[in-house]
Amino acid sequence: MSEWVKSERQVERERVRRSHGRRSASIATASTVVFLVLVVWGVTSSPGWPAVRRTFFDGEQFVAAIPDVLSGFVLNIKIFLIAEVLVLVIGLLVALARGITAPAFFPIRMLATLYTDVFRGVPTILVIYLIGFGLPALRLQGIPTDLATLGIIALTLSYGAYVAEVFRAGIESVHPSQIAAARSLGLSHAKTMRFVVVPQATRRVIPPLLNDFASLQKDSALVATIGPLEALRQAQIHSAQSFNYTPYLVAALLFILLTIPMARFTDHLAARTRRRRGA
Amino acid sequence: MSVLTIEGVWKHFRGNSVLRGIDLEVAPHEVVSLIGASGSGKSTLLRCINLLETVDDGAIYLDGDEITDPRVDADQVRKRLGMVFQAFNLFPHMTVLDNVTLAPRQVHGVAKAQAEEQAHELLKRFGLADKARAYPDQLSGGQQQRVAIIRALATQPRLMLLDEVTSALDPQLVVEVLGIIRELKESGMTMILTTHEMSFCRDISDTVCFLDGGVLLEKGPPEKIFSEPEHPRTREFLRSVLESGRF
Repeated sequence: MSEWVKSERQVERERVRRSHGRRSASIATASTVVFLVLVVWGVTSSPGWPAVRRTFFDGEQFVAAIPDVLSGFVLNIKIFLIAEVLVLVIGLLVALARGITAPAFFPIRMLATLYTDVFRGVPTILVIYLIGFGLPALRLQGIPTDLATLGIIALTLSYGAYVAEVFRAGIESVHPSQIAAARSLGLSHAKTMRFVVVPQATRRVIPPLLNDFASLQKDSALVATIGPLEALRQAQIHSAQSFNYTPYLVAALLFILLTIPMARFTDHLAARTRRRRGA
Repeated sequence: MSVLTIEGVWKHFRGNSVLRGIDLEVAPHEVVSLIGASGSGKSTLLRCINLLETVDDGAIYLDGDEITDPRVDADQVRKRLGMVFQAFNLFPHMTVLDNVTLAPRQVHGVAKAQAEEQAHELLKRFGLADKARAYPDQLSGGQQQRVAIIRALATQPRLMLLDEVTSALDPQLVVEVLGIIRELKESGMTMILTTHEMSFCRDISDTVCFLDGGVLLEKGPPEKIFSEPEHPRTREFLRSVLESGRF
């Protein structure tokens, strides 16, 4: 075998490709600059801009609000981390309950279906109101009265229904031939689920699951409506004192800072899944 | 006593009769091949035997016990059968070793160490000793199908059902899978297989059954079926197979 010597034709080809690449890069840069200039110019030249800048982009207010909003945000993190764990458990259990065909479990199956129908239908903020104000009003023993805990319960109920559907879609996406293979080995329905279907389903639903989690993280701010001192509530308190909305900007930035890495991580996982399937 | 007895089995799919009164006996250590065109009911019959499909009439007996009785626990029946599929159906998230030891451990209650030892032994016997830690997608089609056969074999089934196990393979990979099946026959395994590989079928079978439109038209030793088939439909089928170069 002879060594490969790059032919004249290939050298020329690569030169043309490089020059095309340079041209694409300069076009992209130019169009981005023009776009940004237009947006900034459009916003700042609007008649209300000076007032908006004072109320939303006040540097002093921004710095002053950071400590309180940040400490409130710690509560958000606590709320959604606990809710996420509970949501995973409830979502998987409900999805599995909907797949059970044994007659003795009919009421459980019915209950699971009812649960997803109801909690996917009711707006999350309503669930938070109903749980936050309704549950303590029952005055039953053992019912928590801590507002953050009630918020966690409400978020879990609401998102559990979504995640149950995500899991169910994942379970249904596992090919029937996998189930046939497991059953033909003598595995029961339960063991087929546990060893064959759920492990494959879980891997597949991780990207949509993380998407729901990003949404849950944002919605932890809805818990503010029943009163615990989380980020949005702290921002509200600040802006009520100063008649300035900049603290909201602080809260918004904190949520973005948390969501962006999550979104990139989701993209990364999705890309990895695609690569694996292609392989 | 026969390992398997099939009596007048019918199966319908949406008003279509796929099996129309099948009768068949399989003796211990016998290898029975089912041949016939696609849609003749071969695969359906295999799926009825391991209860992946319920029969619409007739009965199937395994070692003299009726398994088509609705009171029978299907899992208990499947414990005694091994099934291998055309598309391998290995579990993609498990290593070869885990694929092979899943049923022994979870269905037959074999301890992990013992199940793995047996699995390694089988893998070695069928030339896959170095693949125990590999995942199915790292194997060739022929290797995957060999693993699927070993997986079915690991529970020491009374009867193996092989459903067109070479149809999804490139010609050069078919050979290694057929080799395994030959070895199984030599070890005395009772088998029912459906196949399009006619020379292999002729070579390995004790009995060949020709199915046509859900009816078992003709049955006999391979020399008879392939050399002097009685039924005109059998002759026609074998001629078309010959013409398509699949013999």
